[in-house]
Amino acid sequence: MKKQRIALLGATLAAAVALAACGSSGGSSAGTPANAADANAVVQVGSLYEPQNLDNTGGGGQGVTEAFNGNVYEGLYRLTDDGKVEPLLATGNTVSADGLTYTFTLRDGVKFHSGKALTSADVKYSIEKVLAPDSKSARKSSFPEIKQITTPDPKTVTVTLATRSISFVYNLSYVWIINDQSGSIASKEDGTGPYQLDSWKRGSTLTLKKFADYWGTPATNGGVVFHYFTDGSALDNALLTNAVDVVTSEQNPDALPQFSDNPAYKVNDGKSTTKLLLAFNDRVAPFNNTQVRKAISSAIDNKKLLQSIWGDHGTLIGSMVPPTDPWYTDLTGVNPYNVDTAKQLLTQAGYPNGFSFTLDTPNYDPHPTVATFVKSELAKVGITVNINVITSDQWYTKVYQNKDFQATLQEHVNDRDIVWYGDPTFYWGYNNPQVTDWVKQAEQAPTEEQQTELLKKVNQQIAQDAASDWLYLYPQIVVASTKISGYPVNGLNSQFFAYGIKKG
Amino acid sequence: MTRYLVRRAALLAGTLVLASVVLFLLLRLLPGDPANALLSVGATPDQVAAARHQIGTDRPLPAQFVHWIGQLATLHFGNSFVSSLPVGPEIVSRLSVTVPLTLAAFVLAVVIAVPVGFLAAHKSHTWYGGLVGVVSQLGIAVPAFWLGLILVWIFALRLRTLPAGGFPPDGWSTPGDAIRALILPVVTVALVMAASLIRYVRSATLDVLGSDHLRTARALGSSFLGAMWRHGLRNAAVPVVSVLGIELATTFLGAVVIESVFALPGLGSMLVRGIAQHDYPVIQGVLFVSTFAVLVVGFLSDVAQRLIDPRLRVSGARR
Repeated sequence: MKKQRIALLGATLAAAVALAACGSSGGSSAGTPANAADANAVVQVGSLYEPQNLDNTGGGGQGVTEAFNGNVYEGLYRLTDDGKVEPLLATGNTVSADGLTYTFTLRDGVKFHSGKALTSADVKYSIEKVLAPDSKSARKSSFPEIKQITTPDPKTVTVTLATRSISFVYNLSYVWIINDQSGSIASKEDGTGPYQLDSWKRGSTLTLKKFADYWGTPATNGGVVFHYFTDGSALDNALLTNAVDVVTSEQNPDALPQFSDNPAYKVNDGKSTTKLLLAFNDRVAPFNNTQVRKAISSAIDNKKLLQSIWGDHGTLIGSMVPPTDPWYTDLTGVNPYNVDTAKQLLTQAGYPNGFSFTLDTPNYDPHPTVATFVKSELAKVGITVNINVITSDQWYTKVYQNKDFQATLQEHVNDRDIVWYGDPTFYWGYNNPQVTDWVKQAEQAPTEEQQTELLKKVNQQIAQDAASDWLYLYPQIVVASTKISGYPVNGLNSQFFAYGIKKG
Repeated sequence: MTRYLVRRAALLAGTLVLASVVLFLLLRLLPGDPANALLSVGATPDQVAAARHQIGTDRPLPAQFVHWIGQLATLHFGNSFVSSLPVGPEIVSRLSVTVPLTLAAFVLAVVIAVPVGFLAAHKSHTWYGGLVGVVSQLGIAVPAFWLGLILVWIFALRLRTLPAGGFPPDGWSTPGDAIRALILPVVTVALVMAASLIRYVRSATLDVLGSDHLRTARALGSSFLGAMWRHGLRNAAVPVVSVLGIELATTFLGAVVIESVFALPGLGSMLVRGIAQHDYPVIQGVLFVSTFAVLVVGFLSDVAQRLIDPRLRVSGARR
């Protein structure tokens, strides 16, 4: 058998060498000296998230956020990589005493890539675009009720809200300021960012070049090319062969040793905002019983789960809040792993012999693996899990829209999304009037300190109620060649600011 | 022959129309709502309704079908639900990867398989014939992606002679880079294809070798190669050509896995993405073009068989 294998390999080699010889066309450029950043070097970025289109209110997905947020389009405010909100196209704002009227002053000298100067009309147009009936923005529903947007002069925008909203300025960091003349931007752009779109080859690459008239600090590199992959190993190979300089989000834990063991690469352990949830339908028995939910949370060894999937990466959080949100508290101790406690709780809840339920499991990684793990963990306390594998589309219809499920696995990607626990109509049906009230109060709080205080209470309470079982927080692993520096490592909300990257 | 060609072309057109109806209806039977694929968690029912209206899936099926066929008649494939970009130009751009990949792999596979298979038949009782049999069996058993990974490991990661994947952003305007990008995928597909072709060539050749007329020709004094050349090859070619047609058609869409391993922006990956996103115009467009390609390949392979074997040209007159 060995002999034939070698023969096959030999034939393969011969054929490939012959072909390689015919097709060779100049070698790759030699490496420039380390540490000497080249302001004209083009950064090659590898990613698994290709934009679906180029409009973030038209269902562009996380890919367009990654490539365009901060790079091509800018908001009035920016959410930095460590979770802070800072002014960008606005120099600042004033809020009326009742907290309902916000007045923003725009920065001077800002130009769109088309050459037009930024005015307040563009800001009004851009906010209205997010709120428009055909907007597919996921942020639309989390946006506060805007009563009126006025533009008293080209540099001033006034927004009047129906109710107070402490998150309003933060939410504005998601709103791209677009030229009001640009029409559909699904396949083109007209932003104010440090880069402008050069070309987009669907299924392959998206190229950004430096914008010469940028108002702020110019990018520290000559441009960016996003290379899109569907296969994680192909992406890793591209990094290993220097075809890309950085991988925005490593999804293949098994591939990490080949980079961490190699001095030419740096593996960055960032904090993501993606939580993996075992979400119960809190409306239906037995999950309408807090003790049952707590029992399940205690019966599953999250640490072992995280370890088996991500090795030493990732974080246990014990609730819905990632460390980059202002109201983070470590709640891993609220429902600690303890099989005896779980059994006791089940007995108290009236299920001494356990019960069985169906777990709707999305068919893509890591859910099927996690479902199997959950099944074996819960078997220890007498609970039988029937795994029902469904497509993401089915999940959306069955679980999210029709709320027709007992329990499900799902990852929730956004920051600051604890507020969904204040909405009893949300798919998981958690209904604690106290929490609903706190969430509402938090949103209408006059100061961020009070908002933070209230959301900390919410966080504590949902953990106490085991509203869901928060299995773990995904790691955000950016792997990069040591030839580059200055890239973001947390990638909050899938952002990837490329303008600060230096390539030597 | 002309009448045959006309009849065959009409049949091809008819099949294409029928296929378009079937694929349109089958897509609509799939569970799920394309509007959902456009939205994310947090979308309101109003947003879902608006999305449905925007992409036109709130209209009755016949109206949707007429709309699509009407567009096709003007060679317009419609706009993607997801990207709202026209599907046609993207198909063309992806064909510029998939067609060279498929054809080059096909040619390479034939170049490998025909002489090897022929020799394997000719020397079927030697160690060489046996080895070819085993190796080709192994080749059939090896999954294409695995072979692809091995080649990447050797030529991209170890030897650094070829890229591990990707396609130049400016495509064929840098032909050298485009060719380099296609070498490993072409070799992978060709080797897998050659493995099964070798067996067909070998068995077709063995059939001919055992036939009466070849024995007669040899008895009348022809050398082995002379007899094969004059009488044998044509006969052996008929079944092989039909298999070639099938192989070519399968590879055209079957290159999906290879496109994924080598990160190539080909037609297969476009289809996979379209299916994942419930993007009907994309799926319909890709399937329509590939159905057309498969039918054309079938047509050409039929014509080729008739050209090779005169007996097929006379219908019903003689056995």
